This record gives sequence, structure tokens and C-alpha cells, in this order.
Amino acid sequence: METTNSYLPLLILISPLIGFLCNGVLLPLAYKGFAKTSANVAGGVATFFIGISFIVGCMSFFQLMTQGNENPYLLTYCFEWFNFGGLHIPFELKIDKLSGILVLIISGIGTLIHLYSTSYMHDDECVGRYFSYLNLFCFNMLLLVMGNNLALLFFGWEGVGLCSYLLIGFWYTDSLKADAGKKAFIVNRIGDLGFLIGMFLLFRELGTLNFSEINAMVKSPEVIARLAPSISFICLSLFVGATGKSAQIPLFVWLPDAMSGPTPVSALIHAATMVTAGVYMIARMSPVFDLSELALSVIAHTGAITALFAGSIAIAQTDIKKVLAYSTVSQLGFMFLACGVGAYQTAVFHLMTHAFFKALLFLGSGSVIHACSGEQDMTKMGALKKYLPHTHLTMLIGSLAISGIPFFSGFFSKDEILYSTIALPGGVSYLFIVGVLTACLTAFYTGRMMSLTFYGNERMSHDVKHHLHESPFLMTFPLYVLAGLAALGGFLGVPHLMGDYLGHMPHVLSTWLDPVVPARHLPLTGVKIPLHEGVVMVGSSIFAIFFYFLGVKIFTKVMFLKDVIGGAGFHKVLENKYYIDEIYDAAIVIPLKKISAFSGNIIDKVMVDGTVNGLGRGIRRVSSGLRVLQTGDIQSYGLMMMGGLLIVVFIIFKVLV
Amino acid sequence: MQTNSYLLTWIIFTPLLFAFVALLVPKSLEKHLRTFTLIQTLVSAVIATMMYMNFDGLSDSGQMVHLVPWLPQWGINYLVSIDGISLPLVMLTAFVSPLAILGTWPHGELKKEKFFVCLLMCLQTGMYGTFLASDIFLFYFFWEVVLIPMFFMIGIWGGKERIYATIKFFLYTMVGSLLMLVAIFWLIKTSTETLGMPVASYSELSKLQFAFDGSSLWSALTSPQTLLFMAFALAFVIKVPMVPFHTWLPDAHVQAPTVGSVFLAAVLLKLGTYGLMRIAIPFFPEAAYYFSEFFIIMGVIGIIYGAFCALAQSDFKKLVAYSSVSHMGFIMVGLFSFQKVAIAGSLYQMINHGISAGGLFLIVGFLYERLHTRNLNEFGGLSKVVPVMAIAFMVMTLSSIAMPGSNGFVGEFPILLGTFMVQPVYVMFAGTGVILGAIYALKAYQLVMLGPKTRSDLDHLHDLNMKEVLAMGILTIFVFGIGFFPRTFFGKSDATLNTYSTQLVEKAGQYGSR
Amino acid sequence: MTNDMLLQILAAFLFTMGMLVVLLRRDTIMILLGIELLLNAANLSLVAFSNSMAMVEGQIQVFFVITIAAAESAIGLSIVVNLYRNFGSIKTGSATNLKG
Repeated sequence: METTNSYLPLLILISPLIGFLCNGVLLPLAYKGFAKTSANVAGGVATFFIGISFIVGCMSFFQLMTQGNENPYLLTYCFEWFNFGGLHIPFELKIDKLSGILVLIISGIGTLIHLYSTSYMHDDECVGRYFSYLNLFCFNMLLLVMGNNLALLFFGWEGVGLCSYLLIGFWYTDSLKADAGKKAFIVNRIGDLGFLIGMFLLFRELGTLNFSEINAMVKSPEVIARLAPSISFICLSLFVGATGKSAQIPLFVWLPDAMSGPTPVSALIHAATMVTAGVYMIARMSPVFDLSELALSVIAHTGAITALFAGSIAIAQTDIKKVLAYSTVSQLGFMFLACGVGAYQTAVFHLMTHAFFKALLFLGSGSVIHACSGEQDMTKMGALKKYLPHTHLTMLIGSLAISGIPFFSGFFSKDEILYSTIALPGGVSYLFIVGVLTACLTAFYTGRMMSLTFYGNERMSHDVKHHLHESPFLMTFPLYVLAGLAALGGFLGVPHLMGDYLGHMPHVLSTWLDPVVPARHLPLTGVKIPLHEGVVMVGSSIFAIFFYFLGVKIFTKVMFLKDVIGGAGFHKVLENKYYIDEIYDAAIVIPLKKISAFSGNIIDKVMVDGTVNGLGRGIRRVSSGLRVLQTGDIQSYGLMMMGGLLIVVFIIFKVLV
Repeated sequence: MQTNSYLLTWIIFTPLLFAFVALLVPKSLEKHLRTFTLIQTLVSAVIATMMYMNFDGLSDSGQMVHLVPWLPQWGINYLVSIDGISLPLVMLTAFVSPLAILGTWPHGELKKEKFFVCLLMCLQTGMYGTFLASDIFLFYFFWEVVLIPMFFMIGIWGGKERIYATIKFFLYTMVGSLLMLVAIFWLIKTSTETLGMPVASYSELSKLQFAFDGSSLWSALTSPQTLLFMAFALAFVIKVPMVPFHTWLPDAHVQAPTVGSVFLAAVLLKLGTYGLMRIAIPFFPEAAYYFSEFFIIMGVIGIIYGAFCALAQSDFKKLVAYSSVSHMGFIMVGLFSFQKVAIAGSLYQMINHGISAGGLFLIVGFLYERLHTRNLNEFGGLSKVVPVMAIAFMVMTLSSIAMPGSNGFVGEFPILLGTFMVQPVYVMFAGTGVILGAIYALKAYQLVMLGPKTRSDLDHLHDLNMKEVLAMGILTIFVFGIGFFPRTFFGKSDATLNTYSTQLVEKAGQYGSR
Repeated sequence: MTNDMLLQILAAFLFTMGMLVVLLRRDTIMILLGIELLLNAANLSLVAFSNSMAMVEGQIQVFFVITIAAAESAIGLSIVVNLYRNFGSIKTGSATNLKG
């Protein structure tokens, strides 16, 4: 095939790595004081290299489109990574239709965020370090989506975790921020162990880690029979990895803390790209996941519960970034819900639209924070609309998109998920109800966030107000681009029902993904509950519009829901995130510390060392008993020698002879 | 090839030769002794590189054999050769030695410098000799040679409790090696009875068959093969160290001078696993196989227990020492899994742990040299003051927590994957060591480099000087070089490893499956 | 019982005497004398065997022993003198510095 060894994927991958080396190693070596002064240089270099990735990404995407065969791909074979005794892992990059989309999202949004950061981080003194980390992140993320086998995916998977750690703790002099980074890394590691075990099991059963080989093998009946006993365990192990990286219950706790990183980082890593890696992984391995009904059901339920749970927490938060963080957890739950009912394409669709509007919202919130001199508390904002017109306009679009207001991108993807939960065979009706509830919550807290930030009365301090300013062009430009995408991106996935009315507009994304991610096309009428797709669509739009405006309306006057409808106790629970952090602390962290103190101080010092030293002491005691024999008197030695001699002679003559 | 055959002897005895020269150095030139040592290690490294170039990666048996009769009446010869298993370890020694000298260049005067550098050189001779010996008695000889310089290094230049530590270190190792000596005599005696003449070379001894009866645990335990295996294994697992024989390690590390710690962690611990791999397991495969599950369990306990102990430490050096206990557990697990992939992974891990632990001990040394403390609670926020050291520390931390792309992953991944094929449950437990590893490593990094400063004098800390940067830089290159291109570094070991593990699995297989 | 046998018994007797003196007397001078007895017992035994076996080597050996005995007593006496200088006594019980 003419697609063998295209160099485009390698170019996409290597470019941010070069950027990382430039900012992290070469430029600081080249001239002293680089790290402190040149924000523009560092930002420019970093943006340039990720921009190259984007351009090459577009070129390869174009090649995919023009290749014309059923399942086009671009493949770069780089070198042998592992090759010994049956373990063969080449370092191989592959862009197919699924990873092509992801590459575009990562490098495209990545470029915008690099651009934005150049301005946002302008006054930071470690800007070189910042951009090198950001580039390193892009490298790992691109490796994650382009790696052609599970091991390479794991490489990227761990790599993005590392970059996330480094960037969350970017302002490391604050212990809390450093702690947040550490927490993110460790929680992710717990998930990674699950991932590793899933990978090992798959290797044990199939003898390969290559995606195309795995996905091809699991189609044969004999392999299915062979896998039958372990398949659920495999899928669930892999899903444990996904819960870690994509912040699902029970491993979601790190994501809200991760907001202590710089805001562009939250936009890129903790909204648009890294946290969706779990969804990507499940979509990539969807033929495997399809084999286990149990695992899919667990995934769907976890997703639904997480979505509702995190959405409810978001209502009571006052930190603008925390609201967005919980909103991200909730939206990721939506994606897993989609995966769990078998609607992988829909999950990828929502992944994409979510990347647009959530990156937009985060960058917008960054612009707000920037304008308010670093203030993140929404109770100290209000009525910013007239000060920040561009930020307001773009964020408004983003908020409408996430809320699922008709014809914005979120509407299409969310609606497709909701309908999938009842229309697909894997769906259950109560999942649908949970989904609808979450959608209403989403609209509500997004409305609240907009209202508290941009409308109502001014609550900021005099100082802050004095410094209020709209962000420079370098920051508003990415906002507008993303706003455009968030507004229009949904039209890539117009549902068939609507498409038919619009002159047979196809579901572009679904058609595109069909060869890679097996489709379960939506039937026009529900299976579980006989609801017409149109009914779901119209109903959910009405709910979304109603709750969005309700949110906006209520919170122009008050700041907390409890002030309107009461329930202060429950509100406190929500405000404290259901005390999950405290529970984990008591159930896991403290016992771990106790065990380690016990093994380090008691077992090792007292028991093991005690035994060894006791042995030594015993020998010393015996020998000090024997010391009495050493009189120092030469004649007693002589007597003893004689006695010994007599005994020996006696033995020789009486016993032996 | 006659010219090649002296190469190994050169590698072994070059340090000793330099040590004799160092003894003759007059007092006026003593301040150049360090430079002299550096030159010695570089010369050794060059010879080792020549040896590496000459090494034939396609052959699976010992090469560059050099034989000199020593005690022929007992079959004991001076016999050295190199194959794919000892090759990476020799290269590790050759490259770690100059870096250890560079990285621990004293900032002030050192007492009895001459004696110190002579010990360093003798130590190298011992290490090279142990890895290169092909005669079991010669192996024993060099094994003991290693002990002596280390004993003096800890005992004379150590910290406050150096006497306790050094005696503990010495006694632990002696207990093991005495039993090994007895077992060696048994081996040579048996060879006289069965082959008609005494032999002591690996290749001859591996042909010996020892009775093994695995019908019940008791009969297995009392079989001659098991007794011999246990005698060797005890000596080796003490050195590894395997829990519960590990408590000499933290003490020895904490008391030893930095260069001693680096050698101890990077090379000396590998003597134990090398011995297991070279002697204990292939000579007595049935016994090793029969008891492999026990050793895997002990390895897993070591991984988890070492990690927990590391987590409890506030002494930086002790933390790294316990992390060694944890990481060496992975090698034990891999070796006793009797799986090709995992055995290869174990060999890789020996090298990788040498690099990462060596690097971490160098970092501890840098900090101690500057601040005279190792208490983790007395650092904090150093990243701003000493950015280069922070980067070096981060790299070593990544390597230690087995980040993909760093060398640590190249070792641990095949070990876990290979062992998973036969012992999935233990691997799951071993995997928790990966999580705990991240916890203690990041804890140490945070306490030293991140957060607010705890002391005002931290502001005036010097960053790494050129020598230290060079040492850490080269280690960094190895970390990522091996991480990305393991085939380039370990390709020459393939043939040997392949034959080794095939034969091993075959021999163990004769006994039947567990 | 032949003469040789009697001589051997005498030598054994002398040896036992000397041994008892060495082991039991506390006076170093007496111990030296005891050692002298031991050597001479050995000499007597050697001469007697030499006679009975008709071999001359035993008698040659005796000359060596006598020479050594002379040297020994000289050294032994100087040790006694030193002992007196250092400990103020020539009793064996006074020199017990090596007591454990």
C-alpha cells in the first residue's frame, strides 16, 4: 500500500519535542537569564513548534480524506522499542480516522492555547519552563493518540500524567499547589496499575499489543471463546485506568485540585485533551469492550453517576475554575455513559464538542481571572459584562453550547448521548433519566456561573475594579476561534432525523468514523421506552433553555441556591463536595501512613533489627561467660592443655583403637 | 583471538595496577590523587569500551577467554570470559565508576586520601573480577575482595555510627559467603567423584547433576540440590538484599561516604542478583524452580515492604536505600518467574537500577556536601535556588518510578509483563509497588525541591558545578537513551539471554510444572 | 624387664616430675628447673632408644637438645629478671595482664 511509512506522523510527534528541548535545554544553555526574561521568545518558539504539528496534522488529515479507500491510515515505523522473547513492541505511529480527529483537536487547540499563554503568562518569571512543559505535554498527548499499540499509548498516558503533575505544581513554592500536583500523579498511578494489568491480560490472551491486530483478532469466534472467562476483567481493568485519567468515580478527586495550575493548562490538559484520553482508549478498543456486557454496563453506570454527582457539586461552588472542573468531570461522565451503552462514535463526538466549548470556557475564565487581578471567587465578581465585552460574548457562546441550547455544538452531541441511552440495546431507561437530570443541572450551573460573573451587581473590591481591563488580542483571538468552533462544531454530527429535513445533511462524523469505530446506528424509535428521537430532542432543548435562564435569573440577585429555596444543610454537603476528600483521607491516606510508619519504625527497627542485634548480643553474653576461663595465669593454661591432651590420648587409645 | 584474551585481564587488573602506583605517590602530589583516580576509571572505561566493540553479539557463550592455571590439583584456574549477561554489568561498572568519582569530588580536604583512592581502585578490581570470573572459586575470591574495601570505606570515612554499620555489613555478608564456600567445596568434590577430576569452571560445573526429589516438601528440602541451591542463594539474597536480610543496607548506606553509597547501590547490589542469575538458578534449576514461588513472594514482599519503609523515612539517604530494597525486589520476581521476557527484564533492571539509584545517591551527596544534613524536613523550595540540581533530581526520580521513556520502565515493564504470564496475582501486588514508588519518590522530591523554604541559609546554596553537571548529564543521557532505545544498549545480550533462558526453562521443565 | 625398659620408665618418671613442677610450682625459677628436667627426661629417653635400636641418631639429637637447653635457660633467666623488674615478683601469679 502506498501509505507505508509516511513521515507525517513522526513529524507531528517530534515537533513539540524539539520545542521542548529548545525551551527546556537549548535556549537556557545558549544565554543566561533566558528563563526569566523572554516570554515572547519562549512562547513564540513553543507556539511555532506546536503550530507545525497542527499544519502537518492538517496535511495528514487531508491525505486521509483523499486516500479514498475504506480504512485509510498513515503509518510511521520508527524503531524497535522492545523485541525479546515474544515481546515485540515497535515504536510505531499511526494516524487513522479516529486519531486523526484527536491529532487535530490536540494540535489545534494546543496551538491556540500556546498563543493564549504567551500573553497570559507574560509576567511570570519561569515562562521558559512553562512552555517547555506545555510542549512536552503535547508530545506525550500526541504519542498517546498516535501510538499504534497499547504500550505506546501507555507511554503517552504516563507522560501526560507527568506533564500534568509538573504543570499543576507549576507555582511550586505554594505547598498546596505542589500537593495538588502530587495528588494528581498518584491518583493517576492507581488507575495506571489497572491499565497495566488490563494490558498484561490482553497480551497473555492474545500475544500482541498492536491495536489493529487486537481489534481484528477479537472478531474471530474462537478468540471470543478463548477470551470469554477473562474479558470482563480485562475491560474493567482498562476502565480503572480510564477512571484515573478521565476523573471518574472513584478516582475523580484529583481533577478539582488540579485547578491550582495556570488556567491555560486547565483548558488544555484538564478539559480539552488529557482527561478525554480514557474515552479515546475505550473508543480505540471498542471491539474488545463490545465483548463484555458487564464491563459496558459498569462503564455506563459509573459515567451516569459521576455526571450527576459532579454536576450537583458544581452548583454550590464559588470558585469559577472549580465550577468548570466539576462540570468537566460531569461531561466526561456523559462520554463514558455514551461508551457504556455502545455509542462510541457519540462519545467521540461529545469529546470533540466538549474540547471546543470547555477549552473556550476555561480560557474565558482565565481572561476573567486575569482581568480581576487573579481573583477566582465568583462572589467577588459580577457585572463584568461591560468591562469585558469580548470575553463575555465568547463565554456566552461557550455556556450556551455546554448547556445544550439548540444548534450550538453541545446540543447535538448531548442529545445524541441522551437518545443513545434509550435507543441502543445496551441502554437502560433510568440512565436516560439521570442523563436528562444532569443536562438540566449543567444548564443551571452554567447559567449561574455566567450570571455571577457577568451580570448582577458589582461586588469586586475597589482595587480590583480599578485594574479591570479587557484582555489583549493574543488572548481574545483564541477565544473567538474556539467560540466559532463551539457554535458550529455540532453540525458535523447532525442527527439523521434533522438531517433529513435539512435536505439529507449527513452525519459527517459518524460516516467518517465508521471504519474505525464500529457503529451502532441509532434506530429512529426507542427500544426501551417508545420515545421518538424528535420528542427527546425537543424535550431536552426546552429543559436546557428553561434551566439556563432560570440559573441566570436567580443568581443575578443571590449567590447561593440555599438563599432561594433553603436546605442549608444539604448545601453545605455540596459545598464540601460530599466530603469525599475527607473520606479518602480517613480511609486510605491515614492508614497508609500508619502502615508505613509501622513497617519503618516497628517491624524494621524492632523486629528485624532486634532479632539481628539480639543474636549479636546473645553471642556476646555467651563469650563473656567463657571469659572466666581466660585467667591470664600461664600455669592454668598449662594445666588445661595437659587435661586436653590426656582426653585426646584417652580417646585415641580407648575409643578409636 | 589472542589479542582479545588479555583484554578482560586488563579490565580487572588495571585498577589494581593504578592502586600500586597511587601508593608510591609522594605527599606533595597527594592533592592530585582524585584526578589520578578519575584517569584510572576513564582508562578502565576505555578498555571496557574496546571490549564492548570486540564483543560478538551473535555468540551465546563466553568470549575472550583467558585461562591461567592457579590451583590445578583442585581444578581451580584463573579463568575469565565475558558473555551477554556479564557484558552490560561490566559496562555499568565501567561507566558508573568515573561518574561516581566526578560526582563526589570532595569540596574540601579528605583524611587519608591515599588510602581512600586505593580502596576505590581495589573495589573496582573486585567488581570487574566478580562479573568476569568463569571459575567458581575465582568468583568467590573476587566476591570477597569486594567486601574489604567497602568495609574500610564505611568504617573509616563513615558517619557517626559507622562502626555498627560496617560490622553489620561485614557480618551479614560473611555469613552468606561462608555457606557459599562450603557449597563450592561440595561442588568441586562432587565433580571429582562423577567426572573423575576436579573442575571449577562454570561450563563444566553446569553439567553436574544433583539429585532432586520434589515428591514432598520435606524430600525437596533435604535433596542435595536444594541444600546447595540454598547455600548459594542465601549468600546472594543477602547481597540483593531480600527481605528479611535487608537491614544491613540502610545502615551501610547512611553511614557510607557518598562515593561508597553510589558503588554500593549501583554495582554491589547487582553482585547478588548476578550470582543468582549466573550460579544459583542455572546450576540447580529444579530446586530453583521448585522454590521459585517462595522467592517471588519474598520479592513482592520486598517491593511493598521496602516502599512502605521508604515512605516512613525522614532521612533522605535512608529513603533512597529502602527504595533500593523495593526495586531489587522486582529483579528477584523477574529472575524466579522462569519467563524469557521477565529474565531479560531483570537483567535490564539491574543496569537501570544502577543508574537511577546511583544518580539519586549522588543527589543526596550534593545536598549533604552543601548543607550537611540529610533530613528531608530541613530542605524545601530548593528548585528556585538550584534549578540544575532540581532537573537532575527530577530525571532520576522519573527513572526510579519507571516512567515510560526513562530507563526504569525498560526494566520493570518486561519483568511485570513476563511474570504476569505465570503469576498474575503476585504481579498485581508487585504493581502496587509502582504506586507506592511514585508516592515516596514524589514526596522526597517535593520536600527537597518544592514548597516554601524552611531555612534562611538555603538561599545561598551553590548550584551544581561543572564536574557534577557532567556526571548527572551523562546519567541523564543514559536514562533517556535506554528508555527510548533499549535495543541499542542491550541488543548484544540477546543471544546469550535467549540461550540462557531457553536452557533454563528446559531444565526446569524436566521437573514438570508447578 | 630389660635395662632399656627400666631406663624408659625412669625417663617417663623424670618427665612427669618435671611436668608437675612446671604446672604446679609458682616460682618461675623452679619452673625453669622443671623445664630442665623435662628436657633431660627426653634426653634420657633418646639415649636409651638409641642404645636399644643401635642407631646413633638419637645420641646426636641429644647434643642438639643440650645446646638448646643451655640457650633456653639463658633466655629463661633473662625473662625472669625482666619479670622481676616489671612486676616486682617472680611468682607466676603476679603476671596476669592477659586476664580476660
